[in-house]
Amino acid sequence: MKKSRTQVMVCAGTGCVASGIWLVKKALEEELVSRDLQTEIEIIPTGCNGFCALGPVMVVYPEGIFYVQVKPEDIPHLVEEHFLKGRPVEKLMYKEPVVKTVVPLMSDIQFFKHQRLIALKNRGLIDPERIDEYIARDGYFALSKALSSMTPEQVIEEIKKSGLRGRGGGGFPTGRKWEEVRKYDRFPKYTICNGDEGDPGAFMDRSILEADPHAVLEGMIISAYAIGAQQGYIYVRAEYPLAIARLEIAIQQATEYGLLGKNILDAGFDFDIAIYPGAGAFVCGESTALMYSLEGRRGMPRIKPPRSAESGLWGQPTNLNNVETFANVPSIILRGSEWFASIGSEGSKGTKVFALTGAINNVGLVEVPMGTTLRTLVFDIGGGIPNKRKFKAAQMGGPSGGCVPEVLLDTPIDFDSLTQAGAMMGSGGVVIMDERTCMVDTARFFIDFSVDESCGKCVPCREGLKVMLDKLSEIVDGVAKEGDIEFLERLGRHIQNTSHCGLGQSAPNPVLSTIRYFRHEYEAHIKDKKCPALVCTKLIKFQVNEERCKMCGLCFTACPAGAVSWEKKKPAVIDQTRCTKCKSCIRACKFGAIE
Amino acid sequence: MEKVRYDQKANRFILDLEKEDYITLDAIVDRYGDKPGYLIPALKDAQGKFGFLPLEVQNYLARGLRISPSHIYGVVTFYAFFTTVPRGQHVIRCCMGTACYVRGVGDVVKAIEENLSVRVGETTKDLKYSLEVVRCLGACGLAPVIFIDEDVHGMLEPKKVETILKRY
Repeated sequence: MKKSRTQVMVCAGTGCVASGIWLVKKALEEELVSRDLQTEIEIIPTGCNGFCALGPVMVVYPEGIFYVQVKPEDIPHLVEEHFLKGRPVEKLMYKEPVVKTVVPLMSDIQFFKHQRLIALKNRGLIDPERIDEYIARDGYFALSKALSSMTPEQVIEEIKKSGLRGRGGGGFPTGRKWEEVRKYDRFPKYTICNGDEGDPGAFMDRSILEADPHAVLEGMIISAYAIGAQQGYIYVRAEYPLAIARLEIAIQQATEYGLLGKNILDAGFDFDIAIYPGAGAFVCGESTALMYSLEGRRGMPRIKPPRSAESGLWGQPTNLNNVETFANVPSIILRGSEWFASIGSEGSKGTKVFALTGAINNVGLVEVPMGTTLRTLVFDIGGGIPNKRKFKAAQMGGPSGGCVPEVLLDTPIDFDSLTQAGAMMGSGGVVIMDERTCMVDTARFFIDFSVDESCGKCVPCREGLKVMLDKLSEIVDGVAKEGDIEFLERLGRHIQNTSHCGLGQSAPNPVLSTIRYFRHEYEAHIKDKKCPALVCTKLIKFQVNEERCKMCGLCFTACPAGAVSWEKKKPAVIDQTRCTKCKSCIRACKFGAIE
Repeated sequence: MEKVRYDQKANRFILDLEKEDYITLDAIVDRYGDKPGYLIPALKDAQGKFGFLPLEVQNYLARGLRISPSHIYGVVTFYAFFTTVPRGQHVIRCCMGTACYVRGVGDVVKAIEENLSVRVGETTKDLKYSLEVVRCLGACGLAPVIFIDEDVHGMLEPKKVETILKRY
């Protein structure tokens, strides 16, 4: 194999592709050819690094220098300075958002420093479309260990001892699930990978499938061996075309290498995997709904029991795990359950991948040990809130989760502490909200989502959520009455207690948790007819507070309707008849002078 | 596409199937007919060919796949991916994920609605644009994000909408 002196890892995840990595890669290739460096310097497309907001990103090895927001026109300078003269280009390096120092090395960046990678261990290091690179990083060693030296029972025992819990949201112990499926003597059995990642603000499953598809396949094959399954399915959202394409390549390569198909690794064990793209229904992330969808039916959850372990896909015993859960399996088998159980907190072992988004400096994907506090996540890894604004809440767990307020920033993040705080781990989306976010409006947004995605089978979810949405709309429109908060609480608890599936049982969480921690905001909307965050248009007067107005004229320049009149050294005035309530002035004003 | 017409009386879009369309549909039936549970991929292929799934297509597939038309109709109306109205030449998809929402995609959608005088889920009368709202596209780092066909437009503001739409 030929050796190159420098490797350039260009990130080819969806985020960087959207910000134009292919153009950068093409420019780089052309520049290298024109300088006759193409044999010395190798370009390797890798999976997502997790630092999507600063894309396109690339890492240059052996030094490990991390370049962000690289544009095609930067390439000639970069090649000239770094690859020819050996002087890394400071202009393209990452700058620390608070103190603005330049950080050249990837390993020194705060965002990466606090992370511990298990599920994402190969991210940014291998080309996801080449199986050899995965194997070179100990890939498929765990499978061969399991097949050659462990019985299925031993595999299950090892997973049980590791304390691995399902990463899709519920947190059910994986080992126990496998044991349950193994118990039944009906064949064929199935193992399914749930890649129907629907939570808004979560994209870790997409990232794992794009960056390291073989890890998921290996986890699935091991699970199939343990439970005795013959067929596997990967259910992926249709919105993730790149993930589907990479999985197809991975399955084909694994089949060619004899890691899938008949008589895997000469162990007399047969297993195949098929990809099944979803068709855009959030509720299909629920296990029974997903299996109905695989059968070509409407994806509507059914009442359990029987559990899918007994009667799942086509009525056969079926195991279903999340993408991230499967990605953890090879490391556990290879390095042992004790190693895995030593990471994390009391009831939650290992690490968890979070998608950190919203009002935060370092938007991206991070993997941290369970039990890390929210404060570390937001301020050390996330780099804090932009524009010196104040942290208000972290929304965790998507439409099924809740908002964690500032006073609970030191809560360790694991399954049990979060449930106690009224939020939930969910799939791991963390959306940070600053003082400009209205909590009532946010709650309304999630209920709107759940109303839309409710399958309509059971009444509390179908009708109850609609009533909740109407009530919340009344609150943000300023026509609510006193007593509505108590009504929402009662209704929310009722929906939680009487819905069929996880979607309905958890859908009121965003409302209940915001009422619990931000009741004063609800009261401000109802009693004072005011939206403290200036989000709910109907509750904004669009008047200038003359005390706060610094007479800078920014609102005057921002107004598209010409409704603001302003002269130097005089507070601005908004003409109500011309105002279209577009809120441009509120966004422009730096002093919060418009109410 | 003259084959597509709007029928006032039935209040729906009708597609007049021709000989080659039946051949296309037969090929889809052949591909999936013997595999149980492959209705959704079959419908996806059909929508890929025709752009939407009018009753004519659903009924023909029902006969070929030996599934009741009501079952197919149920599946088509359940999943957000399938549509029974034709899409415009350009499909505008606005991300309504939490990150985009917090960063103000609502105002962007409003600006597009005003600019094209359509509402979410509708197609302009000239069949040029369709406006859709979708769930998180996973490009949260660039929020708020809209997709026009395959192009991503990130970090949007309402006032940028007009210039972007003009390019299509």
